Amino acid sequence: MSEADASVVIEGLRKRFEAPDGKPFDAIDDISLTVRAGELTAFVGPDGAGKTTLMRMMAGLLRPDDGSLQVLGIDVRADPQAVQNRISYMPQRFGLYEDLSVQENLDLYADLHGVPQEVRRERFGRMLEMTDMARFTDRPAGKLSGGMKQKLGLACTLVRSPDLLLLDEPSVGVDPLSRRDLWKILDQLIADEQLSVIVSTAYMDEAERCAQIFVLNRGKVLADDAPDTLREKADGLTYVADALPDAPARTLQARLIDAPDRIVDAVPKGGDVHFIRRPECEEAALGDLLSGTRFEPREAKLEDAFMLLLREHEGEAASGNDMATADLPPSGEKEAGRSGNDQEAPAIVVRDLVRKFGDFTAVASTSFDVRRGEIFGLLGPNGAGKTTTFRMLCGLLPATSGHLEVAGLDLRTARAKARGRIGYVSQKFALYGNLSVRENLEFFAGAYGLRGAHARERVKAVIAQFTLDQAAQSGILPVGYKQRLAMAAGLLHEPDILFLDEPTSGIDPLARRAFWRTITSLAQAGVTVIVTTHFMEEAEYCDRIAIQDAGEMLALGTPAEVRAQAGETASDMNEAFIAIVEQGRARHTDKKAAA
Amino acid sequence: MSGASGFRTRLVALTRKEVRQLLRDRSNLFVGLLLPLALILLFGYGLSFDVKDAPVAIVLEDRSPTAQEAIAGIGGSPYLVPVWPASMAEAVVLMRAKKVEAIVRVPVDFSQRRGAGDARIQLIVNGADATTASSIEGYVNGAIQTPSRHAADRSGGPSGGGVTLVQRTWFNEAGNSTWYLVPGLLVLVMTLIGAFLTSLLIAREWERGTLESLFVTPVRPIELVLSKLAPYLVIGAIDMSVCLISARFLFEVPIRGSLVVIIIASLLYLIVALLLGLFISGATRNQFAASQMALLASFMPAMMLSGFVFDLRNVPVVIQVISQLLPATHFMELVKSLFLAGTIWPMVLKDCAILTLYAVLLAFLTGRMLRKRLD
Repeated sequence: MSEADASVVIEGLRKRFEAPDGKPFDAIDDISLTVRAGELTAFVGPDGAGKTTLMRMMAGLLRPDDGSLQVLGIDVRADPQAVQNRISYMPQRFGLYEDLSVQENLDLYADLHGVPQEVRRERFGRMLEMTDMARFTDRPAGKLSGGMKQKLGLACTLVRSPDLLLLDEPSVGVDPLSRRDLWKILDQLIADEQLSVIVSTAYMDEAERCAQIFVLNRGKVLADDAPDTLREKADGLTYVADALPDAPARTLQARLIDAPDRIVDAVPKGGDVHFIRRPECEEAALGDLLSGTRFEPREAKLEDAFMLLLREHEGEAASGNDMATADLPPSGEKEAGRSGNDQEAPAIVVRDLVRKFGDFTAVASTSFDVRRGEIFGLLGPNGAGKTTTFRMLCGLLPATSGHLEVAGLDLRTARAKARGRIGYVSQKFALYGNLSVRENLEFFAGAYGLRGAHARERVKAVIAQFTLDQAAQSGILPVGYKQRLAMAAGLLHEPDILFLDEPTSGIDPLARRAFWRTITSLAQAGVTVIVTTHFMEEAEYCDRIAIQDAGEMLALGTPAEVRAQAGETASDMNEAFIAIVEQGRARHTDKKAAA
Repeated sequence: MSGASGFRTRLVALTRKEVRQLLRDRSNLFVGLLLPLALILLFGYGLSFDVKDAPVAIVLEDRSPTAQEAIAGIGGSPYLVPVWPASMAEAVVLMRAKKVEAIVRVPVDFSQRRGAGDARIQLIVNGADATTASSIEGYVNGAIQTPSRHAADRSGGPSGGGVTLVQRTWFNEAGNSTWYLVPGLLVLVMTLIGAFLTSLLIAREWERGTLESLFVTPVRPIELVLSKLAPYLVIGAIDMSVCLISARFLFEVPIRGSLVVIIIASLLYLIVALLLGLFISGATRNQFAASQMALLASFMPAMMLSGFVFDLRNVPVVIQVISQLLPATHFMELVKSLFLAGTIWPMVLKDCAILTLYAVLLAFLTGRMLRKRLD
């Protein structure tokens, strides 16, 4: 293929790294592929698939160990600078200079790319308009919200029209609204300038926009096709089932995911359970697993094909992907005395909660209850006040006013006592990397005031519950295991309530399934779980969710109720979320206009 | 765009960025401008080996006028303050309590023996602090001998054995340690500013992930190095002026060599120090490690091993070899002789050549550290 047709040509590419445990492993394992020019191409894969390594090699930042790599017809290994002069690259964490203003960041990158002044004026105007940042040009980049930073990063990457644009997970950790904005900008530029774009992503809806998708796992290309062709792989294997009577959808979902010999994947969705059967398992063999509940085939989606490919490959690679189900209670049972618990005092009572930072109201008059044994989701865009609400509930931050009761204890008067009843897993798992799993747990047991035989017993119990390797060094565990360890530490003192702050951010779909499987069984055991997340589909696991924006509670109810509130147009949780936040913002603007 | 104008545009853009970051980060400015001032005042005033107003106990067991006259000089010395205990025992108590630094004892038979030309005065010094003790010894000797020489002059005959030792110190005639330390301060300040401030620069960009974005632009490593050098060269030049001005006017150290040579040599050394900091920063990629390393690899050796305080001829061979490897040692030697002795061209040329060699070597190594690769 000539340069005009292909933007990237890779043959027999290999890149070896040293794993944290000192063993070498192939991050990119003998890959050959061709990316067509003038198209939008996606690299899709879980963590450790090699997406970032591949991107960095194409950008000339990493040297391949073996094979050939041509970008825009140039051998990257021989002349990385020639490639770097022609491409634009947005790393996963775009390095904005936080002490420089928005305008200064843009100017710097325009100067470095040698964008002439007359071109610049037009381009900046357009970029600022598209990113809706014209008002903030003087603001230091460090003072922007997460979504805004990402948009500015994209704007800096696109100060000129490159011959090839590389985007490494541009939307990771970004809320659905900012994510939509990012794609609006990309769509517009691709349409206007016929850009060649390669984007790596964990979101299937983003991959679906692309002309070509490469599915990667453990340094290998599993598939390479257009979205529609890929989707066909799952044809005839996908179903939707009603939830079991008197139980949330996640109960059936948990049971299905526990049967990997017959089921590839299962997720709760819209009150039902969407699942994929294994190709070798006949449809007739599903009956007993579903204990008679109604199920019917549904149209295959890209995500189904992706999960299918991933599970097949994982099955070949190693059977080591255990699901931490060792000590989980069987999922078929009715949730522990749920109906009886409803009459009991709620686990959390929030009344007219307000938190101000100076003039800024982070949380405005918020009220809600959380029942015992409930999974309660707190959703909202970046900067909505989720984290602030969360910290107040955990007693880490005093409320400005309002009433706050956790496990029957008033947080104003009995904060220390209330803390003893809650477990908290922070966004960045606060573990000691150079201690072993066991040492970490022993430390946290001590910190929670557990002593002697009881402490030893609890450490042993959580190690078994989460199937952890007690001698492993915490710092070199895979992300999924780190997260399990963090949860284990949070559950040492058998809290009534577990707080999880964005526990699944940066975790691949397989690990996320395992995580929610654990949460489901914790809820069955009677633990109340409060969780924040950016993945809207995860709201489906929750009994009830609350959507916050600009400190105000916009919606509160079961996922079905929230979807109903969003209106007819919202087909899934993601769209429902966007609709509700936009309705809320419109009301706000109207109010302001009226005043 | 042509290659040269691209280079200029990028260099200006990067330098502007560095200057903005420097000006917006208060802590950096504090270290860059106030810390040197604090160092100058601290070392200039606080670190001195001179003895002033040292209390000396005088035990007069012979109270004759001859004895009184013999020790009269002590009262007149600017370095000594006489204390008058009643007895030797009392003087010993004072000495033990560290209330006096020395005891001068004039024995009962002083006048008698003086007549015989065999008079003795006992001097006891506190050897715990050897430097102070030997200074005091010298002062007391001087204070006692001056009047006796005067007496000899008056009587017209030779005093004592007739041989008088006349001491003379060159270059630092007053034996003033400030003269000796302040030129060295210039070295310390340049080292601190150079290595410590710049050690954070590249590491910070690694930590914040800004380098990865920067790498995939037409930027060349040399442009990154130069843009990080320029603003700190200005800060260093300001500090150098402060050092020179305070040396000349605050501490009144003579500048006997050429001021132009001092300035050129200092700028040369500053570049070496800045590059060393950048190199450490690029090698560690971690701000904390880089700043610790910079202190250990540049500031500490510059203070201990460059001849700032301790004469390098008296240290073991290993340390001598290490000290010869330090750029600071060569600059220290040069700057001290430029201040106190004058411009000695062979030395100027030799040391400047060594510093230039270091600058080139470090510039090359730092450029390699910034070659646009993540592995």
